[in-house]
Amino acid sequence: MNHLLEVKKLSYAYHTLQGETLVLDRVSFSIEPGEFVAIVGPSGCGKSTLLSLICRLLQPDQGEILLQKNKKTGYMLQKDHLLEWRTTHKNIALGPEITHQSVNGLPQKIDNMLKKYQLDGFRNAKPNQLSGGMRQRAALIRTLMLEPDLLLLDEPFSALDYQTRLSVSDDVWAILKKENKTALLITHDISEAISMADRIIILSARPATVKKEITLHLSCPGERTPFLARSSPEFKDYFNLVWKELNNNE
Amino acid sequence: MSDLQQQFLQKAARQKRKILFLRILFFVVFIALWEIATRLEWMDSFIFSSPSRIILCFAEMAKNHTIFYHIGVTLGETFLSFFLVIVIGILLAILLWWNETIAKVLEPYLVVLNSLPKTALAPVFIVWLGNNMKTIIVAAVSVAVFSTTITLYNTFLEMDPGKIKMIRTLGGSKKDILCKLILPGNIPAIISAMKVDIGLTLVGVIIGEFVAAKAGLGYLIIYGSQVFKLDYVLLSIVILCLISTGLYLFISFLEKYYQKHYSV
Repeated sequence: MNHLLEVKKLSYAYHTLQGETLVLDRVSFSIEPGEFVAIVGPSGCGKSTLLSLICRLLQPDQGEILLQKNKKTGYMLQKDHLLEWRTTHKNIALGPEITHQSVNGLPQKIDNMLKKYQLDGFRNAKPNQLSGGMRQRAALIRTLMLEPDLLLLDEPFSALDYQTRLSVSDDVWAILKKENKTALLITHDISEAISMADRIIILSARPATVKKEITLHLSCPGERTPFLARSSPEFKDYFNLVWKELNNNE
Repeated sequence: MSDLQQQFLQKAARQKRKILFLRILFFVVFIALWEIATRLEWMDSFIFSSPSRIILCFAEMAKNHTIFYHIGVTLGETFLSFFLVIVIGILLAILLWWNETIAKVLEPYLVVLNSLPKTALAPVFIVWLGNNMKTIIVAAVSVAVFSTTITLYNTFLEMDPGKIKMIRTLGGSKKDILCKLILPGNIPAIISAMKVDIGLTLVGVIIGEFVAAKAGLGYLIIYGSQVFKLDYVLLSIVILCLISTGLYLFISFLEKYYQKHYSV
């Protein structure tokens, strides 16, 4: 298999005393190495559950999740969840600390990451001294420290204000391209999905099934950053297409 | 700085000085009235003692060091019980957090033990443990340990599920969630439990000394009231006021130290 990730007929239900809720109903798709895929769907459709299943926090009821051998996933949540009592440096070291990675060269590696992503002036700052964008960048570096091959982004920008959001999505996108990572972004923001992704998977309302997949071809002068992608001529058409798909409940 | 701002600051400073002055005045008037009332025999100084008698009593007991012995015993017992309450409280809270079944099973018992007036247990402890320091320590621990356990367990449960998920996505186990998140994240809660506990254990120690002691301020109070040496009783109470204030300030100092060094 050449896919980095293949999800086959994945089903999952939540159980409570009140009853059973089917969240995912035979969801299938795949992701190739180096791709940036966005999943959009109405809120509450089970997008987050899907990511939890992919990174094995939950076990599927039915179906399979095949990740290429020896490949790791990294997860970035809605909020940065930096620990207030740790400095930026110590927050970023959390992953290696938990997995007991060899300490060999670790401080060097953290320093390099901080420098590369313009946080070295804040290595000893506490999270509440960082701006929203810096916090999100720190959270991304924390995830990247474990060198994941597939990055799962769970609406990572939804807690930010609009202006920060635009610049942070550019930031994150650039970091992921620089590190040559494969990413799966879930969002309910259609423009965000179109601006960042190479391909969009549209899910239906709960129980979620794959409604449609759209491969995006945006013509941008020069490099296609999320910000520039928003002003490409095809952007509006894709937006309408996705919008129609999301609101079309057959 | 504008004139208005200056006026405002002056007014605030004046108000602060006024309050400090009134506080001291209140204290001085209270002591003076007490002294005068007993001197003029409006009140019987044999029963109500008096500030001068308390000072004389202290001077006398300080000369033969007995008062320091009693203070030392009470303080030692308080610190030991306080330490045990914090350690046992944290360990029990961790146990309940770790195992939901145990927590659910023990919940009603903890609620009953927490609301039970622990003074009722003191005589039982004497019979079980004897007329000694063990009884005092156990009584003091029993006063504070259940509320500490319940409070800490509940704050442990309030940890943001998103943060727990974050630790798990980094490959963390339950032990990592405990050591990296629950314990360091709840140090402020532990300190505020300590603030309550230092007062509660002092109460427990005094109760314990009332029923089972040969030394300590609680013993001195009971002994003084039985032989009608009210100077002993009131001296002990004054010292207890100072001790409880001192202990509270000590924990507040710890809290400030933590805030200064570990969070902004």
